[in-house]
Amino acid sequence: MPEFVDILNAIVLFSNFVLVPAISYGAQLALGALGVTLVYSILRFSNFAHGDLMAFGTMLVILITWGFQSMGISFGFLPTALLALPFGIVGAIAFSLALDKSVYKFYRLKKSPPVIFVIVSTGVMFMTNAIVRFIIGPTDQRFMDGTKFIFRPREFKEFTGLSEGLALKSTQVLTVTITLIAVTALFYFLKKTRTGKAMRAFSDNEDLALLSGINPDRVVFITWIIVAALATTAGTLYGLDKSFKPFTYFMLLLPMFAAAIVGGIGSPIGAVVGGFVIAFSEVIVTYAYKKFFIYLMPPALEPTSLMQFLSTDYKFAVSFIILVVVLLIRPTGIFKGQST
Amino acid sequence: MHNLLNQKYRAPLAFAAMGLLLMAVGMGQSWPFALAILNLCIISAIMSLGVNIQWGYAGLLNLGVMGFTALGGMAAVLVSEAPVLEAWSVGGQGMVVSFILVVITIILSILVYRNMAASWQRRVTLSLLYIGAFFVINHFYEPAVRAIESVNPATSGFLGGMGMPIIFSWILGGIMAAGVAWVVGKITLGLRSDYLAIATLGISEIIIAVLKNEDWLVRGVKNVAGLERPVPYELDLQATPWFMDMIASLFSGRLSVLTEVEGAAALNDLIIQGSSIFVKLCYTGLFTIVLVAVLWLSTKALNSPWGRMMRAIRDNEEAANAMGKNVVRQHLQVFVLGSAVVGIAGAMLVTLDGQFTPTSYQPLRFTFLVWLMVIVGGSGNNLGAAFGGFFIWFMWIEAEPLSIAFMDLVTMGMDQASDLRNHLVKSAPHFRLFIMGLVLLLTMRFMPRGIIPEETRLHSV
Repeated sequence: MPEFVDILNAIVLFSNFVLVPAISYGAQLALGALGVTLVYSILRFSNFAHGDLMAFGTMLVILITWGFQSMGISFGFLPTALLALPFGIVGAIAFSLALDKSVYKFYRLKKSPPVIFVIVSTGVMFMTNAIVRFIIGPTDQRFMDGTKFIFRPREFKEFTGLSEGLALKSTQVLTVTITLIAVTALFYFLKKTRTGKAMRAFSDNEDLALLSGINPDRVVFITWIIVAALATTAGTLYGLDKSFKPFTYFMLLLPMFAAAIVGGIGSPIGAVVGGFVIAFSEVIVTYAYKKFFIYLMPPALEPTSLMQFLSTDYKFAVSFIILVVVLLIRPTGIFKGQST
Repeated sequence: MHNLLNQKYRAPLAFAAMGLLLMAVGMGQSWPFALAILNLCIISAIMSLGVNIQWGYAGLLNLGVMGFTALGGMAAVLVSEAPVLEAWSVGGQGMVVSFILVVITIILSILVYRNMAASWQRRVTLSLLYIGAFFVINHFYEPAVRAIESVNPATSGFLGGMGMPIIFSWILGGIMAAGVAWVVGKITLGLRSDYLAIATLGISEIIIAVLKNEDWLVRGVKNVAGLERPVPYELDLQATPWFMDMIASLFSGRLSVLTEVEGAAALNDLIIQGSSIFVKLCYTGLFTIVLVAVLWLSTKALNSPWGRMMRAIRDNEEAANAMGKNVVRQHLQVFVLGSAVVGIAGAMLVTLDGQFTPTSYQPLRFTFLVWLMVIVGGSGNNLGAAFGGFFIWFMWIEAEPLSIAFMDLVTMGMDQASDLRNHLVKSAPHFRLFIMGLVLLLTMRFMPRGIIPEETRLHSV
């Protein structure tokens, strides 16, 4: 039997490298997947430009953050980007509404099939991608300021006396807090308010909703506002936690789609759960458990290899294997979404 | 004027305009550059034809083009590189055993799948089978990988290929892409159109991830450079008597007016230039043969009863199904065929480059750009798709110098040292993504059938 301290050490190790990172990554994916799922259920297409909308909103936030920093404005121990976030959201909303009016509306009125929307959204993806690269450049940007850690591994070790350290970054706490607030507000809005109910009715049955006097333009308008706000928030949190790079945001599209589909596309609660499912599986499958088992196993049974299922380079592949498996055995996802 | 835009004249006019554009580049920039664009135009046209088979004939939205291109590229390495015997002797056995075990696992899982009723018991059995197989296979696989990758890691560290002429890879690339497409199609076809798009996009990322990380296969991110060429090398040509004589006789008029010393120097320059053009022309010839063959075969197929059936399925799946056509099987067939064509083009691309670099495969360049070619050219029309390949590749290359020139013009009035000017000029290359997106949106809006649209067929009974 391993000693009690070893069990504690194993738990701390696991929390530090799997639990905490996966929770914050999951929260970021959940916010992104919520946007994908809302566009899908109201506007009825898979938006391939969503990753780039995130990049666009985040870029605005970064630019405004730099502006604030040069003016000497800061947000105390919190990152300045949080002050800039509302302005970035407004910009992203304006951008989305302009895109809807100039691009998507035409096909909506024509009642084009979803495939056409997918192709058109890849066109939007190209253009947004170009705008972002043009303005802020294709390289990595870090814009995190304020306090970086709530506690560092060393402080944790000194405090608890364990040999394993646990780090808790302020961005991780921020991510989870803001996601909680955003998701609660969104669910309250969808379930309790008149407009939210109209949106759900529109999503369930468009013709019936129109007959009941729901104004489709208003529903679309509100949807883009929510989607742009969620995308910018998700992008900013991801950028604060890691860093901002246009190409990475484009690539985030894949796990976000996976999260939305695994959870059940069209279902908001599914998107949140899907985000965590994808994040946890990516981290769990690519973590090397060697040290973890050394703590738990008697010395004779200690593992010699890294005890890693897949190398970290396969992170993206993991989300897609899950996606494909879900599509095969339960195409409607965990929470029954729209399947046709 | 109306006649000019008539269906009949569109294709010849479009291709003639393309030819003029390439000639303009040849005269304005340089001939080797124009030929380099032309060669890639031909490869792009073949890729575009492959995607057109899937989208134009059958309406399948395959966003995994990049993956099949890369598989073709891998075939080029596997065919042309010499086998690394040392690696085979240290790790070959383990690899073969793992491969056999994988095959056994697949057979077992098919047996379980067929012989058990759909239930949770079947799911549990399958999961246990896969988990068990994972550990058993890893037991043989991991040591073999480590052994292979430690054989001269700086120069080889992989199993090598078959040591055959690289041109055979064009066939093998097609076959490998077709094989993978069959598996992918089995899994994903039958999903709704946009799920298919997402699933294929993801699978192509998985293929690239495997190519990047499985060093024992094609060296991963360490790349394979210096692949054998199917055409002569410039340096060899420059020392070949018949080539020197040919250049001398071609330019005898120009050379005769020069003195002997000047003439010898001028001849030397001409031979160096000429060898580069000659090599590119050899590639152009080889690629043209493939393009014409693919174009001819796909036009034949499109006009045959098979093509009529595919169009019927595309335009109304339910009706075709009701007429007794097996929609899923036909979709699989067309998916495999189109992917094979893309695989061939992928092998040709690596042959032209002479190197295989997995990191160069990016979805914007290898998936979405090819889609743009098909849609702008004219989906459902083979000549249109081929033209799209030429036109969009040309734009992709020329958009960069043009946007830099444009930015120089816009910022002319600004101070040379101003930050804004520097930023604008430096960012100009990103403009081409913007132009591509704009072209796609404008085409979808105002010319959804493309530059050379699909013929409207009216059959009298």
